Amino acid sequence: MQQIINFVIRNKTFLLFLFLFSIALALTIQSHSYHRSKFINSANGITGGVYSFSNSVDKYFGLEKENELLSEENKRLREALFNLNSSVNNSFIDTSYSDQTYRVITAEVYKNSYSLTNNYLTINKGKNDSIKQDFGVITSKGIVGIIDNTSGNYATVLSILNKKSRINAKLKASNHIGSLIWNGDSPEIVQLIDVSKFAPVKVGDTIVTGGQSAIFPKGIGIGSIDSFETDISGDTYTIQVRLFNDMTNIGTIYIIEHQDRAEIIDLENSNNE
Amino acid sequence: MNSFLGINGIRFVALLLVQVIICSNINFLGYINPYIYIIFIFLFPIRDNRMVLLLSSFLLGMLIDMFLDSGGVHAAASVLLAYARPVLLKTSFGMLYEHQSIKFNNTEIGSLFTYISFGTLIHHLVLFSLEVFNISSILLILKKTLFSSIFTIILCILIIILFSRNKK
Repeated sequence: MQQIINFVIRNKTFLLFLFLFSIALALTIQSHSYHRSKFINSANGITGGVYSFSNSVDKYFGLEKENELLSEENKRLREALFNLNSSVNNSFIDTSYSDQTYRVITAEVYKNSYSLTNNYLTINKGKNDSIKQDFGVITSKGIVGIIDNTSGNYATVLSILNKKSRINAKLKASNHIGSLIWNGDSPEIVQLIDVSKFAPVKVGDTIVTGGQSAIFPKGIGIGSIDSFETDISGDTYTIQVRLFNDMTNIGTIYIIEHQDRAEIIDLENSNNE
Repeated sequence: MNSFLGINGIRFVALLLVQVIICSNINFLGYINPYIYIIFIFLFPIRDNRMVLLLSSFLLGMLIDMFLDSGGVHAAASVLLAYARPVLLKTSFGMLYEHQSIKFNNTEIGSLFTYISFGTLIHHLVLFSLEVFNISSILLILKKTLFSSIFTIILCILIIILFSRNKK
């Protein structure tokens, strides 16, 4: 017993080092697995406070660009609205029943990273605004990612520039689907894998969300085809997609909630049983 | 003891804030960022307890991880650097370390450079290996380590020189 105590006292620095290092390693390994609730993330009061302060200074430098984006989007929405009015007869809308499937919430990006291999964004909406895990996040140009962790007033977003991200996507021209992943190289290019070899793939074609996952609605823009090749087995295409979004410059985002998501997931789970 | 707590406490908070607000958003050439918060570990007083150094570097790394959403990579790298510090001090300062009489304010610039460079390289190598976490991307790890280290070393030495001359 005496010897054990002596050993501990003699090597206390090394033991403390081992202890702290293994905690850090455990947290690292845990952070590499998808959607495990983490203790260490930037959706909390301290980091949120600091980032909100730095954002309040920082955002003035991007105002001009932000305005341009907004007016561009306004223009597009107005066009869509005017074209819609002519085809829908307003008198038949029953206001007691809302069949709105998607709810949209705007939020501001407090922190954005794109140079790591696993990138996250921090935004200024959280549980208090009914934001939950697995809501989709987009900008006016295209998709950004999926909500990961939430706290009272903040949430982190798993960016599409993250090796853990897998998003259902399809070709706009046909209905061939694939999975959108990122290989960690460039923040402008993501990869669409597992596209059937029968798909009509052309450089310059548009890739949109597939709408099969109950996270994103169908048809939100992702990017255009930069180049493509068949994979080793020759059965599927691997497509390099150039993103519509400039992921290095994101100011305001929209969070999309699928109102029937719980119902869809319940249904799918009951099928699996 | 009080001034020790004061100086190191201020340094801790200041470096943390500068790191997360400014230095992690530089993204020079797309991916090169300096990690200057390790100055805290470099300049920690030598005569003081190593346990305190280990614990405070762990806390600093953990807070950085929290801000950058990086799991535990900064904590691991910082703790390793803090543990390896005596060896680094011995190799770069030699006799001065044996006599426990190093003053970072007025050491030779050569020794300081060796000390900072080796420390930064160790820290960044661990940091990027854990961050990429894929042995097949070893070239990416080495590339990131090399370029970020150069950036960090230059900034660290500039900051140390700038602030230590003021105090005299």
